[in-house]
Amino acid sequence: MSNFRTPLSRVKGLGSAKEGTGHFWSQRLTAVALVPLVLWLAFSVASLPGMDYVAIREWLSQPFNAIAMILFIIAAFYHARLGLQVVIEDYIGSHGPRTAAIIGVTFAAAALGVTGVFSVMRIAFAT
Amino acid sequence: MAEFKLPTNSIVRQNGKHFAAPAGSGTTRRFKIYRYDPDSGENPRIDSFDIDIDSCGPMVLDAIIKIKSEMDSTLTFRRSCREGICGSCAMNIDGTNGLACTTAIADIEGDVTIYPLPHQPVIKDLVSDLTNFYAQYASIEPWLKSDTPAPPDRERLQSPEDRDLIDGAYECILCACCSTSCPSYWWNPDRYLGPAALLASYRWLVDSRDDATGERLDDLEDPFKLYRCHTIMNCTQACPKGLNPARAIAETKKMLVKRRL
Repeated sequence: MSNFRTPLSRVKGLGSAKEGTGHFWSQRLTAVALVPLVLWLAFSVASLPGMDYVAIREWLSQPFNAIAMILFIIAAFYHARLGLQVVIEDYIGSHGPRTAAIIGVTFAAAALGVTGVFSVMRIAFAT
Repeated sequence: MAEFKLPTNSIVRQNGKHFAAPAGSGTTRRFKIYRYDPDSGENPRIDSFDIDIDSCGPMVLDAIIKIKSEMDSTLTFRRSCREGICGSCAMNIDGTNGLACTTAIADIEGDVTIYPLPHQPVIKDLVSDLTNFYAQYASIEPWLKSDTPAPPDRERLQSPEDRDLIDGAYECILCACCSTSCPSYWWNPDRYLGPAALLASYRWLVDSRDDATGERLDDLEDPFKLYRCHTIMNCTQACPKGLNPARAIAETKKMLVKRRL
C-alpha cells in the first residue's frame, strides 16, 4: 500500500536519473547556434531579389546557403524537440500520456527535420 | 495534466461570515481570510473581519492574533516567534507569500486578503500540510558529510573566504514561501525538489568542509529534482529573508555543466 510509504520514501521515489545536464546543455548550445543562423536567414530572405520559386531555388542551390540552411533546420528542430519536452514534463502530470507526448514530439521533430534537410539537398544537388 | 481549475469541493465561497468592528472603533481595515474546516464538510469560504487598526499592532500577524482573541477564536494559523526567524506564520498575504509577522498592514492597499500557502493541502484555515516539503528537505541530506575524520583536538577549519560562500544560503528558515510560490513546484511537487530544498542543498555543495559534493550533485542531476527550475524567480521575490534561491539553483546547474566539460 503506497499510503504507508514514508514521506521521505515518496520524495526519493526511484532516485536520481543521473541525467538532465546533457539536455540542459544541448538546449543552450542550440540556442546559441540559432542566433547567427536566424540572423543569417532573416537577412538573406530580406535581401532576395524576388520571392518567387525560381529566385528561392537559385538562392538555396548555392553551397553556402544550402549548408547554412541545413544547419538551421537541424538546430531549430533539435532545439524545438528539447524545448517541447520541457513543456510536456511541466504540464502533463501522468506518466503514460507524458511518455507518449515526448515520443510523439521526438518522432515529429525527426520527421520534419529530415524532410527539411532532404528538400534542401534535393534542390542543392539538382542539375 | 497540471490542474488550472480547483476541484469542485475546493472552490472558495466568497461570501462567508462577516464580523463587524466593535462599537467605538477608530480607523478600521477589512481583512478577508480564507477559512476551511475539514470537519464541517463544507467548501472553503472567505470571512471578512473589520478590525480597529488603532488598537492593533502594526503587522498582519498582530491583526490575525487580534481576530483570534477578540472576534473569532476558531481562526486557525501557525505562529511562534513573531519576529521572522521561525517561519511558522508563512501565508499568502495580498497575493504574495510572506511571513505575517514581518508584513506591515500599512504596506497593503485596500482590503487585506489572506490565504494559506498556495498549492499545498490545507489542514484547517491558514494551516497547510508541509509534510512533502519537509521530506524534500530531508532528502537532500542537510548535514555535513565528510570521510575525513575531524581533528581530535579542534574543529574543522574553514577560511573566511570559504565561510563567505555559504552566506545567503544558510539563513533559510524553511518557511516554504519560495517553494509554494513556484509554478514549477505547483505542477510537479512530487518530483521537483523546489527552491527551498535546492537552496539548502547548495549550502552543503559550497561548504568547504563537506566531502560529498560529487555525490550530492549525482543525486540532484535529474530532469525533475533540479531541472524543473526555469528561472521564473518567484522564489527570490517571495523570500521574506531576502535570500536568492534562484541564484543557488543556477550555480548548482553550473557545477553540473562544469564537471562534464
